[in-house]
Amino acid sequence: MKKWECVVCGFVYDEAVGMPEDGIAAGTRWEDIPEDWACPECGVAKADFEMVQIAA
Amino acid sequence: MEPIIIVGSGLAGYTLARELRKLDAETPLTLITADDGRFYSKPMLSNALAAGKSADALATADAARMAEQLQAEILTHAKVEAIDPGARSITVDGRPRGYRKLVLALGADPVRPQLAGDGAAEVLSVNDLADYARFRRAIENKRRVAIMGGGLIGCEFANDLVAAGYRVDLIHPAAHPLERLLPAPAAEALGDALARAGVTWHLGASVSRVDKAAGGYRLTLSDGSALEAEAVLSAIGLRPRADLARAAGIDTGRGIRVDRRLQSSAPDVYALGDCAEVEGLLLPFVMPLMQAARALAKTLTGTPTEVVYPAMPVVVKTPACPLAVAPPSPGAEGEWHIDDEADGVCALFRDAQGRLRGFALAGAATTKRSALAQQLPAVLP
Repeated sequence: MKKWECVVCGFVYDEAVGMPEDGIAAGTRWEDIPEDWACPECGVAKADFEMVQIAA
Repeated sequence: MEPIIIVGSGLAGYTLARELRKLDAETPLTLITADDGRFYSKPMLSNALAAGKSADALATADAARMAEQLQAEILTHAKVEAIDPGARSITVDGRPRGYRKLVLALGADPVRPQLAGDGAAEVLSVNDLADYARFRRAIENKRRVAIMGGGLIGCEFANDLVAAGYRVDLIHPAAHPLERLLPAPAAEALGDALARAGVTWHLGASVSRVDKAAGGYRLTLSDGSALEAEAVLSAIGLRPRADLARAAGIDTGRGIRVDRRLQSSAPDVYALGDCAEVEGLLLPFVMPLMQAARALAKTLTGTPTEVVYPAMPVVVKTPACPLAVAPPSPGAEGEWHIDDEADGVCALFRDAQGRLRGFALAGAATTKRSALAQQLPAVLP
């Protein structure tokens, strides 16, 4: 499981935790999140590749 | 063919350029910036210290790389001195340049405090990457930093500094931090958490004098008290950069007034980001500018599109007490219902019919943000 950080706002997506309150189950890999998903804190699009891997 | 010109290379300018290029790879595009044109995220400036990131590390691409990515011409260290909307021309460092569409993404200036004393001119503010580099040099090998202003930026910097081991004095004129965004119990939770993390509060006071002293500065407060600090950071507010538009006869209020197509009172002149007042709303946050950039990119490429603002809770980056706040719109009728929980505060603003109109969440309650945001009305439907 990896963690991904939004380079605009610092939001961290942790694959292990997911975002159950947004309908993204724990364990959902970054690759499996829909392309139209946007950062919940700042709105940057997933398609802009703005998330960077910060931990394995 | 004249280019689309974007003035400004902050998040607003670069995000718009990126959105434009998704829709149109051909139209000539020029960005003009007063700084060096490096891409960085401004919200990261207030939490980079504890994360161990230098100013250079925050810059993820230089102007040459951005120009290549965006297939754009980027003029750095260039000043736009005037706009002539009638001639579709701007003056850049004394020379005219024509545009087909002009977008002002100018940002905002920090409000400078009115201070007496021989150290007043050395008070820092952090509004861009170059400021941030200066700030980092100023606090290097120092221990005590005073911050003027307990708003969003002041609280975020205070948290970042104490997390990095600094002693912080935070001077704020109101009785609570972030009092314009938060109801008192949530503001108290924030204030208490920052105090536990090491921030010394000076509430109900402002700084009147900053004098040079041995090893730093001596600050005199409006209540007559005094304190010492090795660096002083001002975070007392932002003023949208509207002077360039105002001088060109373009309609301005506090910011550059634009409609929902982000168009100003002048034909083919648009504005977005912290300089823009969209339908009377000044919202200097990232989410609104992302929405604006997407709508404006469509408008500029031939599909007139109005910006839609969903409910946009603001996340305050204070790890000592995480906050998410969606303030009720100005003048909204209703009242706060506050649930003071053991590990946080959940404050909900409901109207007479019981509908949710705003919220402020502190601590563990911030996990409810997404679910609550879905119940809120859109800011601009």
